[in-house]
Amino acid sequence: MGTITVKNLGKSYQQYSSRWARLLEWVVPFLGSRHVQKTVLRNIDFELAEGEALGIIGVNGAGKSTLLKLITGIVRPTSGCVQVTGRVAALLELGIGFHPDFTGRQNAYMAGQLLGFSTADIDRLMPEIEAFAEIGQYIDEPVRVYSSGMQMRLAFSVATAHRPDVLIIDEALSVGDAYFQHKSFGRIKAFRKLGTTLLIVSHDKAAIQAVCDRAILLNNGEIALEDTPETVMDYYNALLSARDGVVIEQTRAQTGAVQTRSGTAEVKIISVDLLNATDGVIEQVKVGQLVVLRIKARVLADLDRLVMGYLIKDRLGQPIFGTNTSHLDQTLHQLKQDEELTFNVSFTANLGEGSYSIAVALHESATHVNRNYDWLDQAVVFQVINVEHGHFVGSSWMPPALEISR
Amino acid sequence: MHMLRAIYQYRAFILGTIVREFQVKYRNSLLGALWNIINPLAMIVIYTVIFSQLMRAKLPGVDNTFGYSIYLCAGVLTWGLFSEVTTRCLQIFIDNANLIKKLNFPKICLPAIVVGSALLNFTIVFGLFTLFLVVSGNFPGWSFVGLIPVLAIQISFAASLGLSLGILNVFFRDIGQFFGIFIQFWFWLTPIVYPITIIPQSVRWVMDLNPMTSIIASYQNILVSNTWPSWESLWPVTLASIVLGVWCLHLLRTRASEIVDEL
Repeated sequence: MGTITVKNLGKSYQQYSSRWARLLEWVVPFLGSRHVQKTVLRNIDFELAEGEALGIIGVNGAGKSTLLKLITGIVRPTSGCVQVTGRVAALLELGIGFHPDFTGRQNAYMAGQLLGFSTADIDRLMPEIEAFAEIGQYIDEPVRVYSSGMQMRLAFSVATAHRPDVLIIDEALSVGDAYFQHKSFGRIKAFRKLGTTLLIVSHDKAAIQAVCDRAILLNNGEIALEDTPETVMDYYNALLSARDGVVIEQTRAQTGAVQTRSGTAEVKIISVDLLNATDGVIEQVKVGQLVVLRIKARVLADLDRLVMGYLIKDRLGQPIFGTNTSHLDQTLHQLKQDEELTFNVSFTANLGEGSYSIAVALHESATHVNRNYDWLDQAVVFQVINVEHGHFVGSSWMPPALEISR
Repeated sequence: MHMLRAIYQYRAFILGTIVREFQVKYRNSLLGALWNIINPLAMIVIYTVIFSQLMRAKLPGVDNTFGYSIYLCAGVLTWGLFSEVTTRCLQIFIDNANLIKKLNFPKICLPAIVVGSALLNFTIVFGLFTLFLVVSGNFPGWSFVGLIPVLAIQISFAASLGLSLGILNVFFRDIGQFFGIFIQFWFWLTPIVYPITIIPQSVRWVMDLNPMTSIIASYQNILVSNTWPSWESLWPVTLASIVLGVWCLHLLRTRASEIVDEL
């Protein structure tokens, strides 16, 4: 129970030049077809075993929502097939079917019935729904007086009142206040532990990396990449800045980590090193050690502006710290071809134990989206070890000063 | 067959929606559900009092002050059921586009809701009318039972016609506009307000082509003159609704994916 098998899936829509063309094709079929097929998805193949979690990312219009609709059976495929086993709950849009004039309780019944529950089932689940939504006495007031966050709370509580075998979520987590986001996220994680298979579409990098085992990048209706969430996310970031002349390459290092490199190559990063105070290259950093990140680059074309940015990520790819020379008010101007640049960034590694990587990017302005010259993920990978301080957990080192009075 | 199972599985949704539709109509009003009785009551009073007392309209061949009123109500009330089911089925996919595009549920639930909801409204109106018949001493007698099969034929005809047009309406919205006009002509081309006897014998056969003529005539026969409907006259419309019904269920199955794509 709870598997998804997608085989050679494709979806195209028929586009008629006008309504008359459709009428003509329907009425006199032997005149030949008068529509063109507009393909939005093609050759989609993947499998999800029970209990697995897959994230789907992609720019707007890549076909993510269509893929979810195909998997939930709302839209039928043009080619290929989808097989889903087990009970499916799909949160494609929260609050669907809510009527503003009815109370939250009545709407909860309505939404439950729409999911195929009997009234007795909902009677049983209702206390749990009320408790999870935490909207107090509003449950018996009409939904039209609800804030959008409250509507969302109720809708999420109803949709997930019963643990499904397969849970499909489309961007639904990005609404509601921080408290409820955490709470709903916690519920999804708990479902996963109990064996629910998860399929999630999100632009929220952290969410995908935190719950998914794998990720798929959709681009122009095709699977561009299927790999670990971190690798896919790096590639996606590179893709966001993709313009003409941008090359994206991913190389698998000996350690198995995947390095993503992209950019217009008007400037090239030559080397990135992490150094200690005596200019020695290091791979192990002690908690609280002063280190220098040295980036060497060569300018390959005359440029007006250049910004260097770096981002320290933990082993899950979650950002720990990042900034760039634009934020530090040291943007470079008027660069000549063949100039060589050296950036020395020194900082105290106030990091907790674990493995970290640093991504380095050279681009035109404060974000890499505008004009990306060269972007190198996992330019440096290093370990933080704790030898001098007492044991602590977490990714940050915040030296405490303890005072106890009794 | 699997459609029936789907209806059974989603029975809570269907019944719940019917009840909610009923409640929502007069929500936020002071009298609430009372309006469900006041509105049809007003209609019946208008037809009975005005035509029997003020206009003193008489139905040829019937010696009864309420004769014409009953004749009128028999046609108008049942026509109301017919037109509610067809016009709502016509818009059914467009009105529920949001649900259809976002949720996977059996589409057959939608016409089931329309029929159930229309039947509920009709039961109230017709219940009041029956009450009037009993009180005024005009209750027809045993032939009243004959209403049930005629209603069944009428509803299946209305639903399958409405649904067929409703599917086409998704692709060609002109159908919705056209049918709105057409059904008004249809009302006046059916002997509801006038008796069929005023039509010259030579063109009567044209009236017989209208499937609603025999259905409305059956109601009028039962309620005005306590005669059982002539079953053989109902054969063509029964056949028509079976053919239309099979066709529209076939359309619903084969075109379901295109309907979702087009909405």
